[in-house]
Amino acid sequence: MLENCGGDNGDDERWSLHPDEASQTKFRQVSSIVCMPPPDQVLENVLEIVLCFLTSHRDRNAASLVCKSWFRAEAQTRQELFIGNCYAVSPARAIDRFRGVRSLVLKGKPRFADFNLVPLGWGARFSPWVAGMSPAYPWLERICLKRMTVADADLVLLARSFTSFRDLSLLSCDGFTTAGLAAIAENCRRLRSLDLIENDVEDDEDEVVDWVSRFPPGKTCLESLVFDCVGFAVNFGALEALVARSPRLRRLRVNDYISVGRLCRLMSLAPQLTHLGTGSFSTFEGEGDFRAILESAFMASKSLVCLSGYRNLAIDYLPTIYPACANLISLNLSYAQITADMLGPVITRCHNLQTFWVLDSVRDEGLQMVAATCKNLRELRVFPLDPTEDSEGSVSDIGLQAISEGCKHLESILYFCQSMTNAAVVAMSNNCQDLLVFRLCIMGRHRPDHLTGEPMDEGFGAIVQNCKNLTRLAVSGLLTDNAFSYIGKYGKSVKTLSVAFAGNSDLGLRYVLEGCPKLQKLEIRDSPFGDAGLLSGIHHYYNMRFLWMSSCKITLTGCKEVARRLPHMVVEVIRDRPEDDSGSFMEKAYMYRSLVGPRNDAPPFVKLL
Amino acid sequence: MEGRTDLEYCDNLEATELRLGLPGIDRAAAVSKANKRASGDDCDLKRSPPKAQVVGWPPVRSSYRKNSFQEKRLEAADIAGAGIFVKVSMDGAPYLRKIDLRIYRGYKELREALEDMFKFLPFPSLQCHEILDVEACNESEDAIAYEDKDGDWMLAGDVPWEMFISSCRRLRIMKGSEARGLASSP
Repeated sequence: MLENCGGDNGDDERWSLHPDEASQTKFRQVSSIVCMPPPDQVLENVLEIVLCFLTSHRDRNAASLVCKSWFRAEAQTRQELFIGNCYAVSPARAIDRFRGVRSLVLKGKPRFADFNLVPLGWGARFSPWVAGMSPAYPWLERICLKRMTVADADLVLLARSFTSFRDLSLLSCDGFTTAGLAAIAENCRRLRSLDLIENDVEDDEDEVVDWVSRFPPGKTCLESLVFDCVGFAVNFGALEALVARSPRLRRLRVNDYISVGRLCRLMSLAPQLTHLGTGSFSTFEGEGDFRAILESAFMASKSLVCLSGYRNLAIDYLPTIYPACANLISLNLSYAQITADMLGPVITRCHNLQTFWVLDSVRDEGLQMVAATCKNLRELRVFPLDPTEDSEGSVSDIGLQAISEGCKHLESILYFCQSMTNAAVVAMSNNCQDLLVFRLCIMGRHRPDHLTGEPMDEGFGAIVQNCKNLTRLAVSGLLTDNAFSYIGKYGKSVKTLSVAFAGNSDLGLRYVLEGCPKLQKLEIRDSPFGDAGLLSGIHHYYNMRFLWMSSCKITLTGCKEVARRLPHMVVEVIRDRPEDDSGSFMEKAYMYRSLVGPRNDAPPFVKLL
Repeated sequence: MEGRTDLEYCDNLEATELRLGLPGIDRAAAVSKANKRASGDDCDLKRSPPKAQVVGWPPVRSSYRKNSFQEKRLEAADIAGAGIFVKVSMDGAPYLRKIDLRIYRGYKELREALEDMFKFLPFPSLQCHEILDVEACNESEDAIAYEDKDGDWMLAGDVPWEMFISSCRRLRIMKGSEARGLASSP
C-alpha cells in the first residue's frame, strides 16, 4: 500500500526524492515516517474495505463510475463477476479489469433456445472463458453457467486449474458428458456443490462413465449434489457410500434411475437433508413394498423443506410424504400426473408452502385446494400435461381466479392454459398486487376471452396497471396494439417482456419501446412488427441486454439500419436455410450491445451485420 | 411465417391412414376431442380447425414434453420411464445428435425435429407424405433411414409409428441416391 498512489494527483510532496538517492533514501524515509500515506491513498484503502460490503453488481457498476480511483478500487475488490450475455464482453477484457474474481456467473444463449428456436452450434461456448481464467484466477471458487455449451475438456481444465474450487452450477447447458463430471468429482477436492439442472448430458450409452465413484475417499465437503437431469444410471453403491461420508450434505436430487427402495437407503444415511429430489418415486422390478420404511424416513427427516422429483410416480407411494408436508416451503410435483383427489391430502397439509410447481392434471379443482390452504404462496407454476394447442383444457380462468383469491402474497406465476378470461386476470391484478412475475401462456394461439370473445388486452392492461412492482411479463392470447399501449403506459418497472403471436402493427412495438424505461430483455416471436417498430427503439437499445425477434416483419434493411446507427450493437441474423432471401422478412434477429464488437465464432448460418 | 402451409393438407391425410397401435395417444384422437368441444361451447364456434404444431410452441421445455407420453401402459424394456434414445447421424455433418423417440407422435414430427436439429445444412423442403414415398424422391432428396434391432437398415416410414420406435436402434439421414438403393433392395 506504500506504492505510488497514482499519477492523477500530482501533489506527492511527501514522496519527492532526488533521483540518485531514490532507492536508499526511500527506505530510510519509510522507516522514519510513521506510516502516513497521502490522503487519497487512505481514501482508496477505506474505499476498498467499504466496497467489500457492496455485493450487487448493479451497485458496484454505479460505484465504478464515480471516478478513476473508485473504478480501480472497485475493480480490485469485485469478487463476483456477473456477465448476463457472454458476448457483451470478451474474456480478456473482463479478466483484465477484474483481477480478484472468486465467483463467475455467465449466461449464454437466448432463452428461446430452450424451445428449439436457436439452431445447434450457435455459440456460447465456455472454452474461451475457462482458458482465459485458468491462469488469471487461481483462487476461483464458484462458477455458475446458464445456457452455455460446456465441453468435457472445459470441465477437465476447470478441475485442474482451480484448487479452491467449491461450487459448480450448470443450468440448461449442453456439450458435456459423464466424463466431464468424473473430472470434476475426482479433482475438485473442496467441492461443496455440484448442481446440474436441466442440462442436456450427451453421452453415448456405451460410453457412460461411473462419475460418482470418482469422488475421493474420506469425508467430503459436499453440501449439494443435484443430478436429476443426468439420464444414465449411476453406480448406486458408490452413491450410497458418498452420501454416507458427506456429513454436510443438505441438498440431494437424484435422477429417475433411483427407485423408492434406493431412496430409502439414501434418506436413512442423510436425515439432515433440507432439499430432496426423489428420483422416480416408484418401485423397480422385484423390489418389494417400501411404503412403511419410506414414511418413517420422511418422519425422520425433520429438516426437509423442499421436495421434488416424482419422475415416474407410483401413486400408492404419495402418502408417504405426508409427515413432511407441514414443514415444506417448496414442492415440485410437475412431473407427477396426479388428479385433484391425489393432490388433496398432500396440499391440505402444506400450510407453509411458498413455492409450488404442478401439472394441470390436477385441474381447477386442485388449484382451488391450493388456494384454500397455501396462504403464504409466493410462486406458482402450472405446467401442461399435454403441451399442444388442441389439447383439452385442464385448468382455466376458474383456477386462476381461485388462486388470486386465496394466495394474496403471490409474487410469481407461470400458468399454462387453453383459454382464459379478462375477468380472471383482472381479479388477479387486484388481489395479488405484490406480483413481480406474471407469465400467462394461453396455448391456443390468438385465443380471445372465451366468455366475451374480446381480446385479452384488458386483462394484461390491469396487470401492468395494478401490479406496480411487476418486472417480468409474458403475454399470450388474442392481443391488439391496445395491450401494448397499456404496457407502455403503465409498465414502468418491466424489465423482461415475452411476446408471441400478438399485436396488430408497428405501433404495438413502439408503445413498448417508448414507454418502458426499464426494459432490458425483449423477446418477440410471430408478431406483425416491422422495421418502423424496430427503429423506434434506437434510443433505448444500449440500455438493454438483448432484443430477439423471430418470424416478425422486420427486414434486412431495418436490421442494417440498427447496426449502422448503433455501432456498439451486434446484430445477428440467424438463417434456417443458407439460401439468399434478401427481399423477405428476417427469420430470426438477435441483437445485443457489446464492448468488443461482433464475435469471431459465429457459425455459417449466423450473419453479423 | 408460422410454419409450413402444406401441413393442413397433411392433417387430412392422417385421417385415412391405417394404423396399428394403442388407441388414445395419436393425433387423430386429439383432433376428434377438440371437435367435440367446439360444438358444445358457444365461443368455440369461432375456433379454427386444429392447428398444426408450430416449432417451440407452446413454450415448454423438452423435459416437460416427455410427460405426455409417460403413459403407464407404454411399459417397454426401458427402465423407470426413460425414453428411447437413438443416435442420429447425417451424411456430411461433423457431429451426432441424440434424440428421444418417445417425445414425437409420428414421422412428420420426427422429420420436423430432425430438420430443426440439422437446420443449417442443406435439407430439402418437407415432403407432404406421412408415409415417406420413396418413388417421389429425386436425386437431391434426403431420406431418413434407421437400423432396426436385427441390424438391418430400413427406410423410416414403412411401418406404423409404434412399431418403428420399438425397433429403431439408430437413425441416419442419407442422400437421396443412396436411399433409393435402400428402397429397391429386397
